[in-house]
Amino acid sequence: MSSSTTNTTTISTAGPPSRRNTELAMLAFAVIIPVFAYANAGLALSDEMPSGMLSYGLGLGLLAGVGHLVVRKFAPYADPLLLPIATLLNGLGLVLIWRLDQSKRLAQRAENIGQVFSPSAPNQLIYSALGVALFVGVLILLKDHRLLQRYTYISMAVALILLILPVFFPPRFGARIWISIGSFSIQPGEFAKIIIAVFFSGYLMVKRDALALASRRFMGLYLPRGRDLGPILVVWGMSILILVFETDLGTSLLFFGLFVVMLYVATERTSWIVFGLLMSAAGAVGVATFEPHVQQRVDAWLDPFAAFKTGGSDQIAQALMAFGSGGVFGTGLGQGNSDLIGFAANSDFILATVGEELGLAGTMGILLLYGLIVERGVRTALAARDPFGKLLAIGLSAAFAIQVFVVAGGVMGLIPLTGMTMPFIAQGGSSVIANWALVAILIKISDTARRPAPTPAPTTDAEMTQVVRP
Amino acid sequence: MNKPLRRIAIFCGLLVFALLLRDNWIQYVQADELKNHDKNRRVLIARYSQPRGNIIVDGQPITGSVETNGTDFKYKRTYKNGPMWAPVTGYASQAFDANQIEKIEDGILTGNDDRLFFNRTIDMITGKKQKGGDVITTLNGKAQEAAFKGLGDKKGAVAALDPRTGKILALASTPSYDPSTFAGGSTKDEKAWNALLPKNDKDDPMLNRALRQTYPPGSTFKVVTAAAALENGKYTDIDAPTDSPDPWKLPLSVKPLPNEGNIPCENASLRQALRYSCNTVFGKLGDDLGEDKMREQAEKFGFNETVDTPVRAYASVYPKDMDRPGNAMSAIGQFDTRATPLQMAMVAAAVANDGKLMKPYMVDSLRAPNLNTIEQTSPEEMSQPVSAENAHKLQDMMETVVKEGTGTSAQIPGVTVGGKTGTAQHGVANSKNPYAWFISYAKGDDGSPVAVAVVIEGSDTLRGDIAGGKLAAPIAKSVMQAVLDTERDK
Repeated sequence: MSSSTTNTTTISTAGPPSRRNTELAMLAFAVIIPVFAYANAGLALSDEMPSGMLSYGLGLGLLAGVGHLVVRKFAPYADPLLLPIATLLNGLGLVLIWRLDQSKRLAQRAENIGQVFSPSAPNQLIYSALGVALFVGVLILLKDHRLLQRYTYISMAVALILLILPVFFPPRFGARIWISIGSFSIQPGEFAKIIIAVFFSGYLMVKRDALALASRRFMGLYLPRGRDLGPILVVWGMSILILVFETDLGTSLLFFGLFVVMLYVATERTSWIVFGLLMSAAGAVGVATFEPHVQQRVDAWLDPFAAFKTGGSDQIAQALMAFGSGGVFGTGLGQGNSDLIGFAANSDFILATVGEELGLAGTMGILLLYGLIVERGVRTALAARDPFGKLLAIGLSAAFAIQVFVVAGGVMGLIPLTGMTMPFIAQGGSSVIANWALVAILIKISDTARRPAPTPAPTTDAEMTQVVRP
Repeated sequence: MNKPLRRIAIFCGLLVFALLLRDNWIQYVQADELKNHDKNRRVLIARYSQPRGNIIVDGQPITGSVETNGTDFKYKRTYKNGPMWAPVTGYASQAFDANQIEKIEDGILTGNDDRLFFNRTIDMITGKKQKGGDVITTLNGKAQEAAFKGLGDKKGAVAALDPRTGKILALASTPSYDPSTFAGGSTKDEKAWNALLPKNDKDDPMLNRALRQTYPPGSTFKVVTAAAALENGKYTDIDAPTDSPDPWKLPLSVKPLPNEGNIPCENASLRQALRYSCNTVFGKLGDDLGEDKMREQAEKFGFNETVDTPVRAYASVYPKDMDRPGNAMSAIGQFDTRATPLQMAMVAAAVANDGKLMKPYMVDSLRAPNLNTIEQTSPEEMSQPVSAENAHKLQDMMETVVKEGTGTSAQIPGVTVGGKTGTAQHGVANSKNPYAWFISYAKGDDGSPVAVAVVIEGSDTLRGDIAGGKLAAPIAKSVMQAVLDTERDK
């Protein structure tokens, strides 16, 4: 009966299994699938195996392997799905970008406007490596996610600076969202979303009781006191204003959504949702009336094919036709014509390539992978034991979900196009690096959440009832 | 905090669900519509990504494809003897879409047709490139050449049919154009295309006059009026004198209907009236029969209805709700009566085929790239405008026209030829150049292998029925001759 005697405590020391081997097995798939996709695209485009096949496979495998080893060492109880899904998405993104690099049409287009066409895939591979490096860095340096609480106000300052900086740099494609130094440029909005989530989490964790309880009833809604809500409202309002000024609508929408979600979770008051919806409706109508840029996008959304008659951008129409031409099973990698979309084919509109070449089946697969990342993030939030971790995890997951929805919805014509990138898949360094960091933080929180409780000290009660051994 | 977290989880789930729904909507429900949207360049890219199938006449392709080095389009359409065949083929241009057979049978020619699915699958498995199928036409190369050469630099059209089956043997229209000149997408092609547009070329060379231009049929329409008289029992003996005064005044009018020239039309028999082309006899006949009976007869011959050959031929018109003089004028092919050359060829064909009108068609069969026939058009009876007995009477009359009437220039030694000339007045008070018409058929041992209609616009020097005989009849003759020659060689 010795086994029953060792298990008399209510908190199990065995804990949930670490699932590191599951993660490793899935990582193998996450590397093999993009390698096959690469071969597939190469065969379709030039009837031969792409020359970089081996190095690409090894490179992706190496990144995944390093990621896995670091998780095994520094976050052994982390959620096993996050790393494989991120690797798979990043790998597929690289294949899609490489495939669009081979497009004669895009090369011709660059030549026509007097530019030199340069392939994006090699850069993207470097950015992915940097992303994984940051991932590794976060896992090693961030011993506990609660350390981030200390930087609540610093994050606020950093986020605002990041958001303001692009104003001093020249706009590209009609939006001031880049900081460029020489040939190097970053999109600070992508990093700001993480940093502002840290600020919201830290601030709300401290003020949540005040916000939830010390409130006045106004028209059926509970409104908190100004001194509690004030700072957060100011930060949020400023970021929205800056972004509107920079005509970065997708990111404004993302920040607004993040703000409402976190406030709702922190205060547990449904009135925030009502309030948020009202405000977003008012904001959307207001911005749409005053910004010609936004009006154009709304018009393009209402009638995507009008561009052929009236001129203007036909990107949405082209994307819709790419999706339609793909049908259920797609044309196969490398065999579509999604490059007809033009210059944004490998960034904002990369999902259209997925739609055309992998079909409805492939697109739904990709969307479900994103859904799965969000689901694991929410699950991490549920499992987290500290309010800061909960808030941060839900904030990051919600931001990720909103970003995917805004981009994919825009590309598929569900909502007006706002211009953001599909996390991991789209070409763009800042996006890849920032999203790897986001996943690293989620992994860290999930590690803390799933870590078994330390072995409890034997209580005196237990000792009393223990069988005396010879 | 877990309750709101669960709600947020549901919210995120809904976001993803909305995306999935939208994805299914555009990639499944709307997929075909988007795929074939006329702004979807993929349709064009696919159309020119492999050599297109060919349009075939007499076993030889009259089209072709050449490889180009463009980014979007790998192949370009070429045409053999383009101007001659343009009314049959239509055009397929990288920049300006396609029309007629090139457009209608696009699925077969590109190989995308559903009926070629099996072929495509086999090709995919064996690793072969997709190939287009061929369209086999019913046309007769010699007859087409005779028609096109006969028209020369005159403005006009020819339509020839095999009366027994409805097969279209010749379909010429002048002035014509060469579809090769704008088959590509370069600025040169664009210039060629622009030069052909009606606003830049008054002659409108891209108009298919054989199928898509209606003309007043003039005296050739008297065959229809004669058919109406026989069918309605107004007269039964074509050699019996008719009740026709000359001069004959139009009803409700003091204006007499004139005959062209000094011809014996008073109480002339139907045979003589057709031989000399008496306006008085047929005008009065139309008036006696009334508008409804006239229109009924015309519609039996195919008027007031479009015909898909499969290229759509515009509807010829016998008008409705006219006053009596209008109807009398319409009965001699003037006023608002209008006919396409194809329509008048159908009239001649129905008469030649013992009263049975076969539906005209020009696509004999569609052929898969592996030479299997995937669709075969079979001759189809359209209507029986006149009884066999009356058809023989009409043949008798039309043969008299060629033997000793206005149509003598269509005589072919050793062959029975029936015909009718026409010169249609045109413009207010006959101010513009008249149209010269000739419809005819030739008869061999086993029925008639060819019926033909010729129209020539703007024969300004000649007036009177002699114009149809002088200008149009020789063309009809050479077309008939060409068909008879090929029949004999078979």
